[in-house]
Amino acid sequence: MNMLESSVNQAAGAAAGAKPYLQIVDVVKKFGDNTVVDHINLNIARNEIFALLGSSGCGKSTLLRMLAGMETPSSGRIILDGEDITHLAPYERPINMMFQSYALFPHMSVAQNIAFGLKQDGLPRGEIAERVERMLELVQMKKYASRKPFQLSGGQQQRVALARSLAKRPKLLLLDEPLGALDKKLRQQTQLELVNMIEQVGVTCIMVTHDQEEAMTMAGRIGIMSDGQLLQVASPGEIYERPNCRFTAEFIGETNLFGGHVVEDEPDYVRIQSAELPRPVHIGHGITGTLGMPVWLSLRPERVGVSRQQPVGDGNWAAGTVHDIAYLGGFSIFHVRLPTGKVVKASVPATRWREEAAPTWDEPVFVSWADNDAVVLTQ
Amino acid sequence: MNNANNLSVFGKLSLGAGFAFLYLPIVVLVVYSFNASKLVTVWAGFSTHWYGELFRDEAVLSSLWLSLKIAFLASTMSVVLGTIAGLVLARFGPFRGKSLFAGMITAPMVMPEVITGLSMLLLFVQMQQWFGHPAERGVLTIWVGHVTLCMAYVTVVIRARLVEMDRSVEEAAMDLGARPLKIFFLITLPIIAPAIASGFLLAFTLSLDDLVITAFLSGPGSTTLPQLIFSRVRLGLNPEINALATITVLAVAVLVVSANRIMVRAERRRARLAAAAA
Amino acid sequence: MMSRLLSLRDSRDPAGRAARRAAWWQRLAPRGRTLVTAIPYGWLLLFFLVPFLFVLQISFSEVEIASPPYRALVERSEDVLNIALNLGNYTYIFGDPLYFDAYLGSLETAAVTTAICLLIGYPIAYTIARAPEARRNTLLMLVMLPFWTSFLVRVYAWMGILDSNGLVNQALLALGLVDAPLQLMHTQLSVQIVMVYAYLPFMILPLFSNLVKLDGRLLEAAADLGCRPWKTFLTVTLPLSKNGVVAGSMLVFIPAVGEFVIPELVGTPESLMIGKVLWMEFFDNNNWPMAASVTIVMLALLILPIVYLHKREEKALARAARR
Repeated sequence: MNMLESSVNQAAGAAAGAKPYLQIVDVVKKFGDNTVVDHINLNIARNEIFALLGSSGCGKSTLLRMLAGMETPSSGRIILDGEDITHLAPYERPINMMFQSYALFPHMSVAQNIAFGLKQDGLPRGEIAERVERMLELVQMKKYASRKPFQLSGGQQQRVALARSLAKRPKLLLLDEPLGALDKKLRQQTQLELVNMIEQVGVTCIMVTHDQEEAMTMAGRIGIMSDGQLLQVASPGEIYERPNCRFTAEFIGETNLFGGHVVEDEPDYVRIQSAELPRPVHIGHGITGTLGMPVWLSLRPERVGVSRQQPVGDGNWAAGTVHDIAYLGGFSIFHVRLPTGKVVKASVPATRWREEAAPTWDEPVFVSWADNDAVVLTQ
Repeated sequence: MNNANNLSVFGKLSLGAGFAFLYLPIVVLVVYSFNASKLVTVWAGFSTHWYGELFRDEAVLSSLWLSLKIAFLASTMSVVLGTIAGLVLARFGPFRGKSLFAGMITAPMVMPEVITGLSMLLLFVQMQQWFGHPAERGVLTIWVGHVTLCMAYVTVVIRARLVEMDRSVEEAAMDLGARPLKIFFLITLPIIAPAIASGFLLAFTLSLDDLVITAFLSGPGSTTLPQLIFSRVRLGLNPEINALATITVLAVAVLVVSANRIMVRAERRRARLAAAAA
Repeated sequence: MMSRLLSLRDSRDPAGRAARRAAWWQRLAPRGRTLVTAIPYGWLLLFFLVPFLFVLQISFSEVEIASPPYRALVERSEDVLNIALNLGNYTYIFGDPLYFDAYLGSLETAAVTTAICLLIGYPIAYTIARAPEARRNTLLMLVMLPFWTSFLVRVYAWMGILDSNGLVNQALLALGLVDAPLQLMHTQLSVQIVMVYAYLPFMILPLFSNLVKLDGRLLEAAADLGCRPWKTFLTVTLPLSKNGVVAGSMLVFIPAVGEFVIPELVGTPESLMIGKVLWMEFFDNNNWPMAASVTIVMLALLILPIVYLHKREEKALARAARR
């Protein structure tokens, strides 16, 4: 936990000055005996776009609802820009949320929807009109100002919902599965559009999603949640390349996992023996651990090479036979069965087979990887 | 396909028989209302004589006026109480005594009216002994009885609508700075307005139609239309009642068909909205 | 929790101010809610629940020629508090076959009414629920239209048909099937017909709203797996519509037990239904204590079905809310 917190602080500190903008301090939420959010600590920097990523039921939505004020934490504090907002009612918080279903008021026009929050603040009519105008411009919905929500497409509704939640210039913008209600094609196109709009306004933003592609495209940092706990907080690249635990490695992308233990532990390298691999794995850097400790190895399929020639060296390769091939156009996934029974997945680009024909079913092949390709997971 | 056809033949037959069962008595009733004879079932030629008699019948007209007045007042009050009760049940989460409350909403709908009527009467009698109020049975006591019966129906209609309504719309309003009371009037009420309208209509017809509870709670000076009809029908067939019934059927048909049209239109709008939001 | 709240109560500390404001709002909020809840709750307690206590009380008193026509249970005479609990009404009810037969007859009539309503109502509800969506609404409206007209009008309509000079007898005589008019009115048959007619909508509506939710693909899947339509109905449709069947049956059965208007207008004078007995005790005999006792026994019979129906409906609503 300590290590995690310091890494969080580091990342947040790197993004903006010293003091975190939003602090989530030891927040717990229980429904009866059920702990849904379990001692979450998180700092968010000003103007950051942060994604909480996890499967359904992991507590991410509850955490978001606590930030919005729809739920009250069982314990812990939430501090925004120096103010403790833990017990403020939703309508007293300088935080606005874009709901998963958009939750547009069905009986109000687009302009009325956007103006709603401003009216609650009692702003003068002229200013409301001006701000609504600017918001409509931002989301390019000026033409549709007098339409009712049901006369809009899903993408348009989404933009109105965004405009409505940005109109009050919140200190924090919350997005609940922002693109979940759109179909896949529209989603990819909208992801970057949404980020552009958020950055244009310059608002700190926390989004919740179960879609890793969405999180990796849109967010500067990602927090992986499972079972109410925050497992890893890091940039998309780091999360993918350096997962800190087995859950993250398996949750993000595809990976080959091997159970094993440390057989050689030196400052500049370690060797790990796995029952599932015929020879030890050589890692080109030291780890914080002890000799003999059980670890997991994560090896991404795109790091695994397939060849007919036996690789050189005494580690980081294995012989096997092609068990299955999934042809995916630009690349293929080879499932190679080792003598130990373990099946290793290797993602091989089509360009690999220019010189020679690709191996076929039941052909004996070798799989191999480089020194630093396997990631040691101690949790 | 064959299966579906078999089914629809059976379905059409049962539907046809059902509609015949439902509408034949009403058709007969309407036809006899134009019978010239005083003997309702002995046809003696077409005549609108009994309609004329009906409109000259002071007792019918005054009791109709009283019934309409009570129905309007009772349905208005029951819509207010029923909306609040529906909101409490659908939105307020668990609270102590909630199941008793929900039970008191269900019970009046199925409770035989003789039971409800008698027990309420005994309450009013007791109240009069203790507080001297209500001094006598009449419009006020009938109104209380009708409100109690009708609010149960209104509550059920409104609660069902609230339960199926997307709660995040209300949460969005709260998130944008509206307080609970404001959310109710600006967001919830406009969205459930169709349910409130149909609740009002239901309450109005229930009150207008009620005989048994009214019989227990009415006093000497307050005879409602159902009471008047009942006292005459008890004596046997009466051509004037046929005329009155025909008018009732016609009025209800016009009202229900037009209300249905409005509902269907609102429903389509909502369906489109749901489709667009999905 | 409390100690942290206290420690935060420092006026210079903005977080403390926020916490105090929250505490103020949280204390106020439940009060507003309680007030809102109290309005309909109080109404129902006063006008629906409390009256039953008076019914219970009066059922234990004796009839008296006075206004109101019963003796108070609690009397204060010469500083002595007299509480006279009179069980006579109940022993009378259980002793006299007239009451027993009336209760039994009511239960029987209600049960038969429920069964026939189910038999007629199910195919109608099913057909409407399976009809194309555009036509569904109109069909349902046509079924419900008679329900919206007056209850009395619906009963009265049958009086013209079942009368000894009524449509049925005229037709039978004209066809030469009978020589003299049949006695149709004021029979158990006429009561049964009119009861079914009056209560049918209460069966169709819950059945329809249940059947309309039935996923048509389930029936297709059953057919695809080789199930014949009739068997599909018995093994898929019927079990899935159990909630609708139960709700509809309860909505017909419970009020039918206490029905007064129909037996009064089209029933036989000799075989009494309990709703009519209650009415006669109250209005004709002016015996309020007896009417109250009859009510209490009827309530005792009906309370279980009412509670059962209520629990089922609440469960269904809770399921709907979760979705």
